[in-house]
Amino acid sequence: MTGLQDRLTPAQVEEFGRELDALRQRVVDDLGQADVDYIHTVIKTQRGLEVAGRALMFAGFFPPAWLAGVTALSLAKILDNMEIGHNVMHGQYDWTRDPALSSQRFEWDIVAPAENWRHSHNYMHHTYTNILDKDRDVGYGILRMDPAQKWHPYYLGNPVYAFLLAFMFEYGVMLHDLEFDRILKGERKWSDNTEILRKMAKKVSRQVGKDYVLFPLLTGPMAPLTFAGNLTANVVRNVWAFSIIFCGHFPGDVESFTEEETAEETRGQWYLRQILGSANITGGPLFHIMSGNLSHQIEHHLFPDIPARRYPEIAPEVRAICEKYGLPYNTGPLHKQLWSVAKKIVKLALPQTSAPRVTVEPDRSLRAA
Amino acid sequence: MTALLPRRVRRLASLAEALLTPHGMDRYLELVDPMLVRREIRGLVTAVRRQTADSVTFTVRPSRAWPGFTAGQYVRVQVEIDGVRRTRCYSPCGSQYDGELEFTAKDLGLVSGHLNRELGVGAVLGLSIPDGTFTLPTPRPDRVLLISGGSGVTPVLAMARTLVAEGHPGEIVFLHYSNGPADALYRTELAQLSARHPGLRIVHAYTHAKTGGDLHGFCSEDHLAKAAPWYRDAEAFVCGPQPLMDSVRALLGEHVHTEEFTAPALTFDTEHAEGQVRFARSGRECANSGKSLLEQAEEAGLSPEHGCRMGICFSCTQLKTAGRVRNAKTGEISGEENEEIQLCISVPVGDVEIHA
Repeated sequence: MTGLQDRLTPAQVEEFGRELDALRQRVVDDLGQADVDYIHTVIKTQRGLEVAGRALMFAGFFPPAWLAGVTALSLAKILDNMEIGHNVMHGQYDWTRDPALSSQRFEWDIVAPAENWRHSHNYMHHTYTNILDKDRDVGYGILRMDPAQKWHPYYLGNPVYAFLLAFMFEYGVMLHDLEFDRILKGERKWSDNTEILRKMAKKVSRQVGKDYVLFPLLTGPMAPLTFAGNLTANVVRNVWAFSIIFCGHFPGDVESFTEEETAEETRGQWYLRQILGSANITGGPLFHIMSGNLSHQIEHHLFPDIPARRYPEIAPEVRAICEKYGLPYNTGPLHKQLWSVAKKIVKLALPQTSAPRVTVEPDRSLRAA
Repeated sequence: MTALLPRRVRRLASLAEALLTPHGMDRYLELVDPMLVRREIRGLVTAVRRQTADSVTFTVRPSRAWPGFTAGQYVRVQVEIDGVRRTRCYSPCGSQYDGELEFTAKDLGLVSGHLNRELGVGAVLGLSIPDGTFTLPTPRPDRVLLISGGSGVTPVLAMARTLVAEGHPGEIVFLHYSNGPADALYRTELAQLSARHPGLRIVHAYTHAKTGGDLHGFCSEDHLAKAAPWYRDAEAFVCGPQPLMDSVRALLGEHVHTEEFTAPALTFDTEHAEGQVRFARSGRECANSGKSLLEQAEEAGLSPEHGCRMGICFSCTQLKTAGRVRNAKTGEISGEENEEIQLCISVPVGDVEIHA
């Protein structure tokens, strides 16, 4: 079994880190109008789809209109949450100094309040990626996603919980911030959640208010159809986001780490862990946009604050660097990655799967060098 | 019925906000027309002209949230250059009673240079609410002495135009300094203004020309005596280069109002400074010296854009990606991640990373 730190010699890790730093620097120096124009086009498209979706609901009695409305609204929510919201809140556009693109001010069309999410995601998940007990995205505190997580009869329900989480993903993302699992373990007090809960209540009431009360009422006799349409759009977004996100860190050979092996990491070692702990999804340009470019999860984890449209552009270079150092670069089509995640969810529902972690043998010649 | 209308409009607006949560109405309206925004202030450029070779004069129509300004105040104007929003302070130079705002920017650097080269009719600029205490007192003094140098003419011209618009009954003298006739801003406008208002006298002084002006050379007691014999009893309003403001203050003492951003008391503690300062974009790093981040960046060999160096103009705004800074003006410490800070008044508290 290869530990995280024995893959490369310390000198190799540092050289590897320098190469990635240089790559990042090149992109940062090149940021400009084209990046702003791009995100403005995406925002315009998203707002257009949203307005179209809401408008089509007024003709919801006509099934093709209802279907077109649900489609437009689903796409709008997906774009809003993924290519716009997730990426803007990572600070990818903070350099523009445009308040509408500010990571600290952006709020997204989902029940999870931006501020709570920014902490659990940008800090906890991106800093401690795939470190068990630290990265709370490993199974969202609900699922068993790693053989190193101790089995408990509760986990027999793993596939059921995953199914429910997929459908109610926006609530999963929101409740994630309450850290129930840590409260149960006594590591966190319920009173620590007062402020978080207050923000949640406010955000949920606004989101539920518009999707399930105001817009349905506005469409008058079509209210039940509008209600159903908005619910469908939210669920479509939930299932899509769940699928993309679970493919980012949980396909078969993606690795997880322990606190001990990641203590006092250098920048190069941190990069290394990001690569080993992430997986990409292959697809066309439109697929990448609809996934918020999280189909380039590896590039995103290396450089979370670079505008996501740059990930496809730098992916071949990242891959070449991985090959040079004999590191795996986990990628595959959506169906393959999803199947791999599904198998893992089912397999880990049962206790007897404490097989050693699968790791790729590093290139001997490189290690000797 | 008319009294009910605003309430109904307000109700509709709050319904629209509830429907368009979380982005809010402005984020949708601006896609139809950037000037439709209700909360933000923006200005549509309606005219652009060049008075001199190195300046641009433009007129903007502010959006509905514009609260109006008082002559002498300044506005933070935002313009997007290669994807980045840059902010600079400019004083509107029209009368405070005009519906549109007029600005003149001399080509001095990144933003003014961009305005000089690129600005066209139809462009949309970001505007702040007006700020500044360099204003005329109410009631207006009988005798008003306005002195400006170079592009410092703008807030003072706003005062002259406002006084003319009010039909000021007393005497106004407008003494303007420029290098020579070729770069005297607002020559024609000032002549027209005094033709309309007999109480206003315009005096052109050229610092670098021997002939052609009403006065020549730098500001002196002789200049003031010739321009406004009553200058000792007048309230004087001065805006221009530092030496001009200094000499007027030396001659007139406390009667002088200057458009000088009053330097706030900034406190720096260089004894107990700790931590490292990292400038992420350039890769430079230095030990925290306890001075302002602007100075530390300059000492590290960077040349970040900046303006007033006292926390007013926001030119040196940069993104702080990690760490805590103390505001040297207020003493306030902030550790928010990805926060915009003004380098000139921010002091690192321990390790700090700046996106510069």
